[in-house]
Formats: sequence, C-alpha cells, structure tokens
Amino acid sequence: MTSTQSPPDAAPVGPSPTAARPQRRSGRDARGRVRDRGMSRVFRWLATGAGALILVVLAAVAVFLVVKAWPAMTEPTDKLVAEVPWLHGASSLLAFVGPLIFGTVLAAALALVIATPVALGIALFISHYAPRRLASGLGYVVDLLAAIPSVVYGLWGGLVLAPFVQPVWAWLGAHLGWIPFFSGDVSPTARVLLTVGLVLAVMILPIITAVSREVFLQTPRLHEEAALALGATRWEMIQTAVLPFARSGVVSAAMLGLGRALGETMAVLMILSPGFLYSFKLLVAGQQQTIAANIAAQFAEATPMSVSALIATGLALFVITLVVNMTARWIVSRRKEFSGAN
Amino acid sequence: MATVDLTTPPSGPSVRDLLTQVDKRRHRKDRTMRVLIWGAFVLAMIPLVSVALTVVVHGVQKLDVDFLTHSMRGVFGGADAGGIYHAIIGTLLITLFATLISVPIGLLTAIYLVEYGRGSLARAVTFFVDVMTGIPSIVAGLFAYALFAVFFGPGVRMGVVGSVALSVLMIPVVVRSSEEMLRLVPNELREAALALGVPKWLVVLKVVLRTAVAGIGTGVTIAIARVMGETAPLLIAVGTIDSINNNLFSGRMMTLPVYIYSQYQQGLVPCTPGQASCIPTINYDRAWAAALTLIILVMLLNLIARLITRFFAPKNLG
Repeated sequence: MTSTQSPPDAAPVGPSPTAARPQRRSGRDARGRVRDRGMSRVFRWLATGAGALILVVLAAVAVFLVVKAWPAMTEPTDKLVAEVPWLHGASSLLAFVGPLIFGTVLAAALALVIATPVALGIALFISHYAPRRLASGLGYVVDLLAAIPSVVYGLWGGLVLAPFVQPVWAWLGAHLGWIPFFSGDVSPTARVLLTVGLVLAVMILPIITAVSREVFLQTPRLHEEAALALGATRWEMIQTAVLPFARSGVVSAAMLGLGRALGETMAVLMILSPGFLYSFKLLVAGQQQTIAANIAAQFAEATPMSVSALIATGLALFVITLVVNMTARWIVSRRKEFSGAN
Repeated sequence: MATVDLTTPPSGPSVRDLLTQVDKRRHRKDRTMRVLIWGAFVLAMIPLVSVALTVVVHGVQKLDVDFLTHSMRGVFGGADAGGIYHAIIGTLLITLFATLISVPIGLLTAIYLVEYGRGSLARAVTFFVDVMTGIPSIVAGLFAYALFAVFFGPGVRMGVVGSVALSVLMIPVVVRSSEEMLRLVPNELREAALALGVPKWLVVLKVVLRTAVAGIGTGVTIAIARVMGETAPLLIAVGTIDSINNNLFSGRMMTLPVYIYSQYQQGLVPCTPGQASCIPTINYDRAWAAALTLIILVMLLNLIARLITRFFAPKNLG
C-alpha cells in the first residue's frame, strides 16, 4: 500500500510514521478534505501527473526548439551565411526570417479573407436557412472537408486547381493589373500565392464554420422571435439578433482559422514556387515563401548548422501561432463568462 | 416563417399590399442575402466534390493488388511497377505507436480534468490543451526531431520520432473529446457507486469509463484518422525510403502521405520516344492511387467512429 510509504503533504508531519496513522484512519486530513487511500491515491496521482505532463510537453516543445536553434541564433552572421546555403546572402538570420514571416502572414491573411465570408455564409445556412432535418447532415458534409489530408489538397491544388485557375488569373492580371496585388507578369503555371490562398481557404473553412455555427445556434431564441415579431425579414433578424450576439465568437473562429493557415505546410510546399521577397504581387511566381514550407523544403539536405537555422525559423512560427491561438481562446473564454450570466 | 403572415386581419389585402410596397427594398435585400448564403454553401461543395472526384477518377487507374503489395525498391524511370506496401506498413506502425502513446496520456488527463481537476492546475491544463490544438504540425515534427537529436545525435530518422511528433498533435484531440464524453456521465452514477463504498478509482474505471466508452472510442478513432494524414512532421522526422522497414526504432520509414508528396515531387518522367515500357505520368498516377488509398483509410476510420457510437452507446445518457 502506498499510503504507508508517503505521508500526505497537508497532514502535520509527526516524529514517526505511526503518529500520523490515527488521523489517516479518520479519512480526513488537517484541512478537513476527504482523503483517499491505496489505489485511489495512486490513480489520482496518475491522473494529475498526466495533466501536468501536458504542461511539461508544451514547455518541452519550446525548450528543445530553443536548445536546437541556439547555435544558429548565436553564430556570427558572416559565418552563418557561409555555412547555410539557403540564406541567400542575407545580412543576418533576422533579415532572412523577415520575408518568411511576411510570406506566412500574407498567405494566411489571404486565406482568411477568402474563407471567412464563405464560412459565415455556410454557418448561417446550416443554423438558420437549411431545412431542419438536413442541418446536421450538412454540418457533417462540411466536416468532411477537414477529414481530407492536407497532402491530398496539395496534390489537387498543384495538378487540378492551378491549371484550372490560370486563365482566371491571367484575366485578372490583364484587366485589374493596376491594383498592386495583381500587377506584374502573371505566372503561366499559376503556382502563385493567390492559388495557395485559395487552397488554404478551403482547408480552414471547416473550423471557421464549425465554431461560428455553434455560436449562431446559441443565439437566444427569444431575441430572434422578438425581431421577427417586430416585422423584421429573416436577414434583418440575423443582422439585429444573431450577428451582434455572435460577434466575439466569430472573431475567435476566424483567429483559429488563421492559426491553422499559418502552420499549414504541404499545400504551400506543393503549389507555391518560392521566392524570398517582401512582395505583394499575388500573381507572380517566385515572390514569397512561408516558414513551414521552407522548413519542409530544406530539411532533408540540411547540414547541422542549417538545421539549427531552420529550427530557429520554426521557433518564430511556433511563437506566432501560439499568440494567435491564445488570443482566440482568450476571446472565447471571456465570452463564455458573460454569456453564462444571461 | 420569416415574413409575418398578415393575410388574416379584416382589412387583409390592402394592409398586405401597403407593407410589401413600402418594404420592397428590405425584401430585395432579404432575398439577395438568401441567395448569397445558399451560394456560399454551394461554393463550399465545389472543392469537396472536385477533390473527391479527381482522386477517385485518377486513383482507380493504378490501384490494384499489385500496387498494394509491392514496395518501390529497385523501381526507376517510367517503369510501370512499384507500389505502396512499404508506405502502408509505415503509416500503420507509426500511427499505432502514436496511438499507444497518446491514448493513455490523453485519457488520464481527461479523467483528471473531469474527476479531480480543481484550482489553477486544472485551469492551466484546460487552457494549454486548447493552445496545443493549435501547434502547427511542422513544429511538432521539429520538436520530435530536436528531442531525439539531443539524445541520439543529429541526423536521427526513425519511425518512433514520427510517432512522438504525431502524438503531440493527437493528445489534445483525445483529451478534448474524452473530456466531453466523461462530462456527459450523470453524477448520480458516481454518487451511487461511491455510496455503495466503491473506492474512487474503481468508480472511475468501472462506472464512469464504462458508461463513456463508446464516445471515447469514437473520439480516439477520429483522432487517429486526423493524424494519419499528417505529412509535414513525418517528412522531417522519419524521412523517405524505397524499401520495406518494419522496425520503428531503426532507420527511415515510408508513410503514405510522404509517399504521395515524394511521387508528386518527382514529377513527369522524361521518356525517350519509342521506349516501350515508359509512362511519362507514372509518378502522378502513383501519387493519385496512394491518395485514394489514404482517403479510403481515413474515411474507413471515420465510418468506424460512427458505427462505434451507433452500436455501443448506452441508451440513456444524459
């Protein structure tokens, strides 16, 4: 029995183990909480340990990334550039990570701009427009989009979507070329950031839809009925009752989608023809690259020093997604508190 | 039910006419939004249908018994040979080991959160499990690589590294779904068992887990389906290889997603004209067939998850 080996921490520690014994018999510790014995205690410690392990793992992710990235971060820049071939003569690691962060954020933002309106439409469709009996089935169909592996999206994007959208991009470049986003020579293969953004948008659609659908369904029924009773059309009801109620939920849904788009590797790796510039040209090949895709592309043939540099960029990605996700979760949890009072 | 029916009042038609005339703009807007919202749903179905169709149409051409039972060892050029046996073995072994790591940790954490969790540790665990859901898969791969590189030296590539990477992605999913299921177990069951003098750990094992087992099974199966398609961490941590490797603890392994990527990356084969047994698109054909296999595996797991819920769910959960 473990209970005889380890005295409970809250109980006063007696001069000998036997002194604590009568107290343990009573089943309560010094603070009057119910105490468990034997296997129950082992089990409780096991469960608590597993919970603590989660925190340890998350800390370990950060620690090990820092440990492996340290050599590249502390190496003098000129030596680093000499040792790591893909730095392209950048003056420092920071000067190299900059364009990558820019590309990552641009691709994710593009995906978000495309996906959010569509996802909100789908969520409203499922929560307020679709026939009741179909609604849950339709939700399941949208979730199927999430079940398709990212590498399959990459394959589809590279071999099917890119040739398909090329004429559209060419038209955009010819007629809307005065907009900075669409300027420059349109790539004949469509392996450009706009195509990537489109595929990423498809990939983050399910998560944005799922979260905002949940929020829309939580709208108080009375608010909706009140709006309708005052003569509002269905859209006006959504405008006045549903959307204000769901605003923070929708914001956090979009941020969760953003977090996912930031970390997506395969679709970018398989579609984009990479470049390392601060460039807003969405239709020109060889302009941008994302952190994740760069890691996957360079990792296989990397020397220890360039692995270290890659891990340093991975650390930057980790921090960015962590901030985005924590903000999203914080908004959700804050919302939960005051909607519980309603 | 959206537009209020006003035909019944005594002065019916005129009131109705009045209202619809004044509200023309509002009604037009309502109709436009309805079309847009229906349109959004149809728009989202296009990629789903397109992906499913192209994968099936391209995939079935190459997918046969020969393809499923051969590795890529010694296959080169545009030869119509080779298969995905080694990749299937790799995917199954790595995912199985990842499951073996994640399920005990994830389930125990869920039990902690539901049965014991109080105070700041529980709040921290809940919050960071949510945060962990958002870790990019490639960062999980880098972490696993860094972890093993510290102990085994740089350049380490083993199946088990991939399993560790996948379990970092899988644990939060398992925790979330199990926690939800455990919370559904009515408190009366716990109290009844405790009142009968059953120790707490047996209450959890024999009453709570037994009641929630169907939901947990479903959640775990869906988590497995999700990590099975992960590519980036495996590309980093496990590498690629053309021959069969059954040992998780030594050497590189091939997995289905990485196989798809590497075939896609090899691109078209430059065939000399007149060469009999050379197919230019053979690499793409293999990639599509492997993609079809992967999707079938993932959908099969999703189906199993649904069946578990249907057949093992207790009748009166609530």
